[in-house]
Amino acid sequence: MAEPLQTRTRLEPDLRTRQPERRRGLGSEIWKHRYEYLAISPFYLLFAVFGLFPIAFSMYLSFQRWDGIGEMTFNGVNNYRFMLTDVEFWKAVGNTLLIWVYSTVPMLFSALVVAFLLNASFVKFRTFFRIGYFLPNVTSLVAVAIIFSTLFSNNYGLLNYILTQSGLNAVEWLNKTWGIQLAVSLMVVWRWVGYNAVIYLAGLQSIPTVLYEAAKIDGASGIQSFFRITVPILRPIILFTVITSTIGGMQIFTEPQVLVGNDGGVSGGGLTIVLYLYREAFVNNYFGYGAAVGWGMFVLIALFSIVNWKLVQGKSDT
Amino acid sequence: MAVTKWKSALLHTGLIAGFLLSIFPFYWLAVMSTRTTPEIYSYPPKLWFGTQLFDNISRVIANIDFFGAFMNTLFVASTCTVLVLFFDSLAGITFAKYHFPGKKGLFVLLLATMMAPAQLSLVPSFVIMAKFGWVGTYKALIIPGMVNAFGIFWIKQYAEESIPSELLDAGRIDGCGFFRLYWNISLPILRPALSFLGAFTFIGVWNDYLWPLIILTDESKFTLQVALSSLNGIYTTDYSMVIAGTLLAVLPLILLFLFISKQFISDIAAGAVKS
Repeated sequence: MAEPLQTRTRLEPDLRTRQPERRRGLGSEIWKHRYEYLAISPFYLLFAVFGLFPIAFSMYLSFQRWDGIGEMTFNGVNNYRFMLTDVEFWKAVGNTLLIWVYSTVPMLFSALVVAFLLNASFVKFRTFFRIGYFLPNVTSLVAVAIIFSTLFSNNYGLLNYILTQSGLNAVEWLNKTWGIQLAVSLMVVWRWVGYNAVIYLAGLQSIPTVLYEAAKIDGASGIQSFFRITVPILRPIILFTVITSTIGGMQIFTEPQVLVGNDGGVSGGGLTIVLYLYREAFVNNYFGYGAAVGWGMFVLIALFSIVNWKLVQGKSDT
Repeated sequence: MAVTKWKSALLHTGLIAGFLLSIFPFYWLAVMSTRTTPEIYSYPPKLWFGTQLFDNISRVIANIDFFGAFMNTLFVASTCTVLVLFFDSLAGITFAKYHFPGKKGLFVLLLATMMAPAQLSLVPSFVIMAKFGWVGTYKALIIPGMVNAFGIFWIKQYAEESIPSELLDAGRIDGCGFFRLYWNISLPILRPALSFLGAFTFIGVWNDYLWPLIILTDESKFTLQVALSSLNGIYTTDYSMVIAGTLLAVLPLILLFLFISKQFISDIAAGAVKS
């Protein structure tokens, strides 16, 4: 007797509540899934406060003149006008682009070569090599910049020692625009070759070996199959690395800041866009102007990402 | 692939050369941290280890609160990592295994936030922190970073494949509530994905520089990277000490990485190729 009663009491409330719930519609649907919404809500709350709001606020701020403490005063487009006419800003843009080119091209090329070698079946100790190549990537940039400053030191650096030993003249690396840019680029290359190689390697491992065997039967050389098989199949992954290196390259800050200071060195060769933004906003306290520079930078990054996308994508049509 | 001995030797040589270039700066760092400042500035450079390591390290400890900075960094990085693991996995599992109205749209929104450019929010984020009164506190470092879109995406991908829905149903029949399904059933299955996300987050926070540099005002609260850069900026005459400090700051992370490297590297690769 107890059993049917129990099933009835267990079912009935369910039936009773389900009916009106349908009528109440979305509200009750949401209530029914309250735990799910609760579980995902931290992300959206935090994004609203620390992601979305700052972006909107930075737009507002970029039209203000503000030192961070006193009154904000409306400044119209003057921040932008100043930015576009400021020699230092354009210098920072130029420096950033040069460092990006100097670093990205050799970095991605070396990464591809390293990945290709690590993928060859006859190569031994592959895991060991992968770990060694990846190690620079987990090292802090501050430490890397300090280490590189001793390699590039004007008077006592290892590089100058090697130069003078081979009968050449020592170079004042950190007093020259191109010297600073070379040092920063080398830091980037050193730190990211292994990372990109690992990503390329994963792509390479997904290419069926049959393709290479077929090419070989057709008489293709190693280099031919590299450019005709490997590169085309890897194109989406190469695109990914180009885009991430562009975004990363446009945001270079720590390397020059630790290496040559807030002004980008004696010659200013290390003044990148983020370093410029940092200096104007947080050293000189031009907060409104800093926000405007942030938007300028955003436009540049978007522009370059699109150009890169088109370039790498465009190739696949031919 | 049949390869001639010559070719194999040549390629191995190339790989080894690149490998040596990769690890040389670490060797150089280690060598210099065992030398005195005059020796570092001497000519020709010393290429082999000296005897000053402990002396240099003791000066680091005497001049900056290295241990304090280390503990600060450890605190910030571990707190951030634990919170990221908790909130990301909670959200990731929910997106992977539950159905609720608006799920698809919310997930697209989540992916879209990854495009939000970080450099834009630098100044306003600082202003917000100032308004909250969080400047100079760890709240400013931890709270904005305690949940992120990448981690949620990563966990969702993994959870979709690895958590059987039948198992969750079985748990439900046994009377498990939402949180118990998460804590007792889903989390243990996600352990490999969590360990990668944890290591990734920990390394990222440990190495973070720009934001802590802006936020931290009080020397006693400096994280390792900020302390290290201030050491580098101030003590130019005692360079061997700066170098020894640098060594101390990178060593823990290198050891951590070597410990987890094999799995970590393949997870990086998997994540990049998938997305």
